[in-house]
Amino acid sequence: MKAFAELYLRLDATTSSNAKLLALREYFAQAPAQDAAWAVYFLAGGRPRQLVPTRVLRELATQLSGLPEWLFEESYQAVGDMAETISLLLPESEHATDEGLAHWVEQYLLPLRGQTPEALHERLPQLWAQLDRPSLMLCLKLITGSFRVGVSKLLVTRALAQLAELDAKRVAQRLVGYTDLSHRPSAASYLKLIAAESEQEHQERGGQPYPFFLAHALQAPSEEFQTLIGAPSQWQIEWKWDGIRAQVVKRDGQLWIWSRGEELITERFPELHSLTETLPDGVVLDGEILVWKPGNGADDVAVQPFALLQQRLGRKTLGKKLLADAPVVLQAYDLLEWQGEDWRSRPQHERRRQLEQLTEQYPLAPVLLSPLLHGQDWADLERQREASRSLGVEGMMLKHREALYGVGRTKDMGVWWKWKVDPFSVDAVLIYAQRGHGRRASLYSDYTFAVWDGPPGTAQRTLVPFAKAYSGLSDEEMRKVDAIVRKTTVETFGPVRSVTPTLVFELGFEGIALSKRHKSGIAVRFPRMLRWRQDKTVEQADDLAILQGLLG
Amino acid sequence: MDLVIARPEGLYCPPGTFYIDPWRPVARAVITHGHGDHSRPGNGHYLTAAPGAGVLRSRLGQDINLQTLPYGERLVHHGVTLSLHPAGHVLGSAQVRLEYQGEVWVASGDYKVEPDGTCAPFEPVRCHTFITESTFGLPIYRWPSQAEIFAQINDWWRGNVAQGKASVLFCYAFGKAQRILHGLDPSIGPILVHGAVEPLNRVYREAGIALPDTHYAGDFARNDPLLRQALIMAPPSAGGSSWMRRFGDYSDAFASGWMRLRGTRRRRGVDRGFVLSDHADWPGLLWAIEQTGAERVMVTHGSVNVLVRYLCEIGLDARGFVTEYGDEDDSASAEGQP
Repeated sequence: MKAFAELYLRLDATTSSNAKLLALREYFAQAPAQDAAWAVYFLAGGRPRQLVPTRVLRELATQLSGLPEWLFEESYQAVGDMAETISLLLPESEHATDEGLAHWVEQYLLPLRGQTPEALHERLPQLWAQLDRPSLMLCLKLITGSFRVGVSKLLVTRALAQLAELDAKRVAQRLVGYTDLSHRPSAASYLKLIAAESEQEHQERGGQPYPFFLAHALQAPSEEFQTLIGAPSQWQIEWKWDGIRAQVVKRDGQLWIWSRGEELITERFPELHSLTETLPDGVVLDGEILVWKPGNGADDVAVQPFALLQQRLGRKTLGKKLLADAPVVLQAYDLLEWQGEDWRSRPQHERRRQLEQLTEQYPLAPVLLSPLLHGQDWADLERQREASRSLGVEGMMLKHREALYGVGRTKDMGVWWKWKVDPFSVDAVLIYAQRGHGRRASLYSDYTFAVWDGPPGTAQRTLVPFAKAYSGLSDEEMRKVDAIVRKTTVETFGPVRSVTPTLVFELGFEGIALSKRHKSGIAVRFPRMLRWRQDKTVEQADDLAILQGLLG
Repeated sequence: MDLVIARPEGLYCPPGTFYIDPWRPVARAVITHGHGDHSRPGNGHYLTAAPGAGVLRSRLGQDINLQTLPYGERLVHHGVTLSLHPAGHVLGSAQVRLEYQGEVWVASGDYKVEPDGTCAPFEPVRCHTFITESTFGLPIYRWPSQAEIFAQINDWWRGNVAQGKASVLFCYAFGKAQRILHGLDPSIGPILVHGAVEPLNRVYREAGIALPDTHYAGDFARNDPLLRQALIMAPPSAGGSSWMRRFGDYSDAFASGWMRLRGTRRRRGVDRGFVLSDHADWPGLLWAIEQTGAERVMVTHGSVNVLVRYLCEIGLDARGFVTEYGDEDDSASAEGQP
């Protein structure tokens, strides 16, 4: 535990990738395999489900620190992280445990889940008393599932690859699915990650998907495309679907479906289970899972808003009604494995041709072939792209015809561009503010925005909230807004401050839908601040009618 | 009778007709210490503790109308007995004790309870009403001992020397810088300072405070191999400026009480944060308040609401004073001074 806490401190104490890489290598070089196994799991983003209810943690922390509840809450609001707050408030312990990370996780932490509050009240203080402050904070972060330390999965991959003298791509491949909840890290699973290359590697891959290849955003104006990326004919162009990116793996008579977060989601999509029968063995498809309801009219759009898919993901059980209301398909756009052979190092156009043949050859009801788009030039394609919103897509994907299928967001093996349509935007008024988390701790950086409702110049005209956002401002702007929030506070409700409306922001968002949960009757997707409109007065902010108009 | 009230110009003593650390120009100002938010230019007459004279003159000008008073010595003005007592914050910092018709008030300005060797240590003064700051008025703020922090700073510096990297330490130029200089191990390498720091070092040395030798960073050529062993002290405002380029590959750190929180340190974007403050931490505030024996506490700048509520809950008569010191409320956003 102590060694991992020290690694955490070292990683946290530098912004240099090389220093982090060195710290990781040194840690892995000396860590026992069973500890290293869990270290990889946590560093690569693995999170066990919350082990102890937050309520119990709060109660214990106030009790042990002897502070009134309100003061604990004030402290939490200033720190912005539950684990860190508790570690700062508990009395310092002189002890330091000698037991390793694996022992702590397997023997002490995982067994906490499901215990009664009474049992936890007894158990947790015993555990905490064995930890010095850095280990305590780490332990709490593992308990609350909030462990993060500015290390990418890619960096962990590189550290392991350097240590084991392996190709980083090989390690990345072996790491796929490592952080899935169904997988329990062990000494054996760690040793497999760093083992020497073997002949059987490919045969032993079970239901493993390939690391996902990710696209880069293309932000230049289309007039520059010709110079920047050449003619459209060099590109395979498709719609950019707004669903769940997934790989469908069919091997040895079994089917696995993996999300981009490398979670196994096979059970969530029974519509695709027929592929166990219909797909040949040794096939891996890459595509997008979408809620799909073809209408009768020619103008009907089959793809349904992401919100519907999200609702479905939120459900524990998938009832008949839900499956009937929100049926899914896979829009397939890539073929990564064919007849058991890894096709990733074949060019895009070759993979596409084989994918087309595959979908013709086999009756794959729930799988659709993502159509290709063609244009004489980029201006022509831009015109086609204007239909994106009405077609329910986010824009276009440009995949180089010669691109190999890379690992992660890389460009060394060819490139994929996402050419998204501009977000929706409105000018909205900041009406509530709350302090943020992480590096925004203690700053009023999380805001609620409103637009006007009611006829201008009347008493009925009020600001109705419709979105919360915290990203998009520079540190400098955030500091300024923070100061204004503090000066214009009207009332404080717990952690939230209402302010005299003075600030207008251009708010961007990706989607908009009716919602019963919001006062304004509207919910927007991925709202963020595009610009601080210091040139606009509150009265010049937009009306609710504008948002309603965007609903289409 | 209230011996101190909050007026638009600053904290005012009605029977004495003078102000304490006013933020707008007034005829008579008693200055608790030389930080910019407590000592402003333009006042007709200044009174400050004798050890603070040098700082005040170097910051506000040699020609200010300045009267000084040794710690503990009494002075009577319009029937108010006034004396100044060490606040342990920076060189010359003082608490102002006021006595009038048997009533005693103490205005503490900014204070720190741990002695640091660069200024007279905080001295509790018994009073009926105590005016306290609340910069770090939350229980999450508990300072490690400064010996521990200096060991961390020296280790960090040593580690950088071993890697052939310059060590740039950002800290407030007045008080914090000299306190760190006092705690550094000068055998590790040369100590360089930014132009904003050196004048204050001079004031401290003239006051008899032992500081290790320092060199003006501007005297070194870019790529001078000596820079790779040096510790460079600079005010936070130098961060990200072109001045930094001369140091080549460097590690940077920031010394402040705000570094207690991971979020504030990450927002600074520095490699290391050292938890070192000129202000009292939560236990320090509570200890100082208790030591005064005061039944009434007026809380100024910082976590005013939190401290007021807490003190009321433990049975004191506590209220907030609105001032323009530091930042209002929990001022982590300012992060300027402490």
